[in-house]
Amino acid sequence: MPALLERQKYLIDYTLAALLRHKTRNLGLLLVYALLVFLFSSVLLLSQSLRREAATLLQDTPEVMVQRLVAGRHDLLPAAWLEPLRRIRGVSAVQGRLWGYYYDPAVKANYTLMVAPDRDLAANDILIGAALARIRQLSIGDILSLPTTTGKPLPLKVAGILDAASELLSADLMLLSETGYRTLFNPPPDTYTDAVLTVRNRREARTVAEKIALALPGSRPILRTEILRTYDAVFNWREGIVFITLGAVLLAFMILAWDKAAGLSAEEKREIGILKAIGWETGDILRMKLWEGALLSLTAFLAGYALAYWQVFYGGTRLFAPVLKGWAMLYPDFRLTPAVDLLHVLALLAVTVLPYIVATLIPIWRAATADPDAVMRG
Amino acid sequence: MIELTEVSKVFNQGRPNECRALRGISLRLECGGITVFKGPSGSGKTTLLTLVGCLARPTAGRITLDGQLLSNLPERFLTEVRRHTFGFVFQQFNLIRGLTVLENVMLPAYPLGRPHHQLRAAAQTLLDRFGIGGKAGSRIEWLSGGEAQRTALARALINDPAMVIADEPTANLDSALSREVLALLGELALQGRTVLISSHDPLVFAADHVKRLIELRDGQMVGDGSC
Amino acid sequence: MLMTSAMVALQGIALSVAGTVLLASGFAWRILRCWDINSGSELQLRLERRTYLISTLLGFALGAELLSLLLFVHTAESLSSQFVGAMCATGVLNINGFGFPALLLKITVFFLAAVWLLLNRVDHQGRDYPLIRVKYGLLLLIAPLTVAELATQTGYLLGLEPEVITSCCGSLFSSESHGVAAELSSLPPKPALIGFYAAGMLILGVGLAFLRRIWLGPVFAASSLLLFGVAIAAIIAFLSLYVYENPNHHCPFCLLKAGYNYVGYALYPPLFAATAFGLGAGIIAPFHRIASLQTVIPNEVRRLTRLALAGFWLFYMLSTGLILQSGLILMG
Repeated sequence: MPALLERQKYLIDYTLAALLRHKTRNLGLLLVYALLVFLFSSVLLLSQSLRREAATLLQDTPEVMVQRLVAGRHDLLPAAWLEPLRRIRGVSAVQGRLWGYYYDPAVKANYTLMVAPDRDLAANDILIGAALARIRQLSIGDILSLPTTTGKPLPLKVAGILDAASELLSADLMLLSETGYRTLFNPPPDTYTDAVLTVRNRREARTVAEKIALALPGSRPILRTEILRTYDAVFNWREGIVFITLGAVLLAFMILAWDKAAGLSAEEKREIGILKAIGWETGDILRMKLWEGALLSLTAFLAGYALAYWQVFYGGTRLFAPVLKGWAMLYPDFRLTPAVDLLHVLALLAVTVLPYIVATLIPIWRAATADPDAVMRG
Repeated sequence: MIELTEVSKVFNQGRPNECRALRGISLRLECGGITVFKGPSGSGKTTLLTLVGCLARPTAGRITLDGQLLSNLPERFLTEVRRHTFGFVFQQFNLIRGLTVLENVMLPAYPLGRPHHQLRAAAQTLLDRFGIGGKAGSRIEWLSGGEAQRTALARALINDPAMVIADEPTANLDSALSREVLALLGELALQGRTVLISSHDPLVFAADHVKRLIELRDGQMVGDGSC
Repeated sequence: MLMTSAMVALQGIALSVAGTVLLASGFAWRILRCWDINSGSELQLRLERRTYLISTLLGFALGAELLSLLLFVHTAESLSSQFVGAMCATGVLNINGFGFPALLLKITVFFLAAVWLLLNRVDHQGRDYPLIRVKYGLLLLIAPLTVAELATQTGYLLGLEPEVITSCCGSLFSSESHGVAAELSSLPPKPALIGFYAAGMLILGVGLAFLRRIWLGPVFAASSLLLFGVAIAAIIAFLSLYVYENPNHHCPFCLLKAGYNYVGYALYPPLFAATAFGLGAGIIAPFHRIASLQTVIPNEVRRLTRLALAGFWLFYMLSTGLILQSGLILMG
């Protein structure tokens, strides 16, 4: 056993020296390799943390949301529905919500406007998200005028700014009072955008939803878990699409790796010939070359992954963010919570290191099976 | 003792450029002393040495080493026999650039997995013996022709082989250096090692301790004489 | 249909494993037909060089299969939120009929590749490569299995419909339902526990006897396989209950979760390695009469048997530790 270990140590030793000797050839490959790992891990880390963010966000939301459908489309919910909802067994609280979007042509972005009954806001007070505050250069006490449905502007006073670090979705959020909302949008009285229910026992959420659908025809109950599942599916799907798109990059990388492994320089061929002539066996050369691949892969993987980690969690640029995050226009300056997921590391290994090995196996074998007597015949 | 029976080697078998490098050679090589294979280039002397030295397998015929059949051994086992039995010195020195003298000498022993300190000490002893111990840490590129040839010789001896095979060892050296190398090879023969040399250099034929001169032409033996 | 990056990766692995093994068996076919160790012809030399490629490819396949196995289980685990009623990997694997067959094929290919590499290792110590035909015959058997694995995995992944309500491990492995999994989880703990330790004694006995009597090879191989089955059954029947400290949670995959300190990563590797070594030792042993392997095989077999026994021992120690430190009491 010690001889076996010693042998591997010698092989690694030789390989390291050889890698350093052929610096230029290996450096190029290493850079491309690390870039590949960086691309894939950026996608994974970003989508994973977005998913996590969504999950944390939804954690505090009520179990069931009820919408009204008219002709298959989302419509305003009459206040008269709240009472029958309250009477359903298992429901502990019901609240009608008012919310909507406002498109601001000045900054070409959508705000999410929402009534916050628990915030105790005066009629014309608003609380705004950090991204919104930054983009409109607003601070506490400033006045923001928005046009109402009648065309008359409504002055709104910024009473506070929401915490930037808190959540992804609060960035473009504007919280206002019910009076403010009704003045601004003038919806029919006694209507809500939708309603949310708190259920006493979480496990009964599905049963409650079934009861709602029966009691109120035209209603659409949505479970929190369903939203979560949809988020997951959407992020997963996007991530998969980006992966397949990156497949072309991967193929290019495999061709490069194949080419680099197959196109040994005359100097390297000579070295292998010498090693074989002085007593190295084909298997030794193979192992040496595999060590070379392993060292390259390890370096590229660590470098690429670390760079992606930094990029996603601390860096400023947001590669792939538009694809993964979807439609929203205002991007918050939020920090994602750093996290490493074993599944993702495994998947990353499978889409970066494995293809490298596949691409280089045959060229490596070709190089290793050179004739031992070539040195003497040459 | 090495025995060859009706040994042939064909390259590019079955192709238009087929080349019969050796044609039915039968030969017994006793242990000890220096045996020189002479002949013009293309005569097959190098090919014969590659077969004897387990670098290649004959296309036909039998080769035995101390009674053990070598000619049908797969490369894996040929290598095993080779690294314990033969040391090689090549015409072009064939040292690996970028490595130090000491590392070059240690290289043939890497696959054997000997403890590092032991191997290092053995390599240093060999270099000292050939008078280039001081150069152990320098790169191969900075060596003179004579020093390079001594390094190659030290490398050939690192696994303590019973036989040393030298292919045109004097081809790249001037007469003084050639004599020096031949003296070193003669010393090895005196220690009881078998030395096989291929050459067309008259200096080699006349060297001390040469006990047998075998002449090849067109892949066949045309002369075999003791000195 | 669902798609995640891990699924793309899984398909990539399955494709490359099937590809490399098919490539290797193409070479193997030529070797089976034209191999002549006594010839020095260039064809024979070329074939000999091919053997290096084939063993490298198989080594790659073994590693890739291991990665694939882990990735497969974790993917199933991560998808459990996507399916109503599926609470962990078991439920997700059970969504369509291809899930468990794909898993089983992965395990089979893994063991066969391991046995192949062990055979190869022994063969390379015989000067005339005496097992070359056995080896490449086995390779021709592995090739269709890798293709089948690719097919079942594709069928499984394509058949993942998120709307489908599936059983989670609670119902698949709960005592009321039927089928093999349910049979396993409804085993009464006391006899199951006794059976588990009896199987351990059996492998120890057979192993020790095998160390002296080499003709017991097939028996040891069969016992190793049997013990693998018993160990998996034990994990489902009671070991998981002790770990989860919940008398109804029978899932063999949740052991790999962070919530249970990744204890599965300590438990499964010795079991898988020991089974592979045991199978290998038992399958190699009958070839000890071949002249060029007469000294090699007994040594190799002894080494492998010891490794296998050590692996099984480790597995039993860990299992016993888990049972003892658990807060759950199954037997009064």
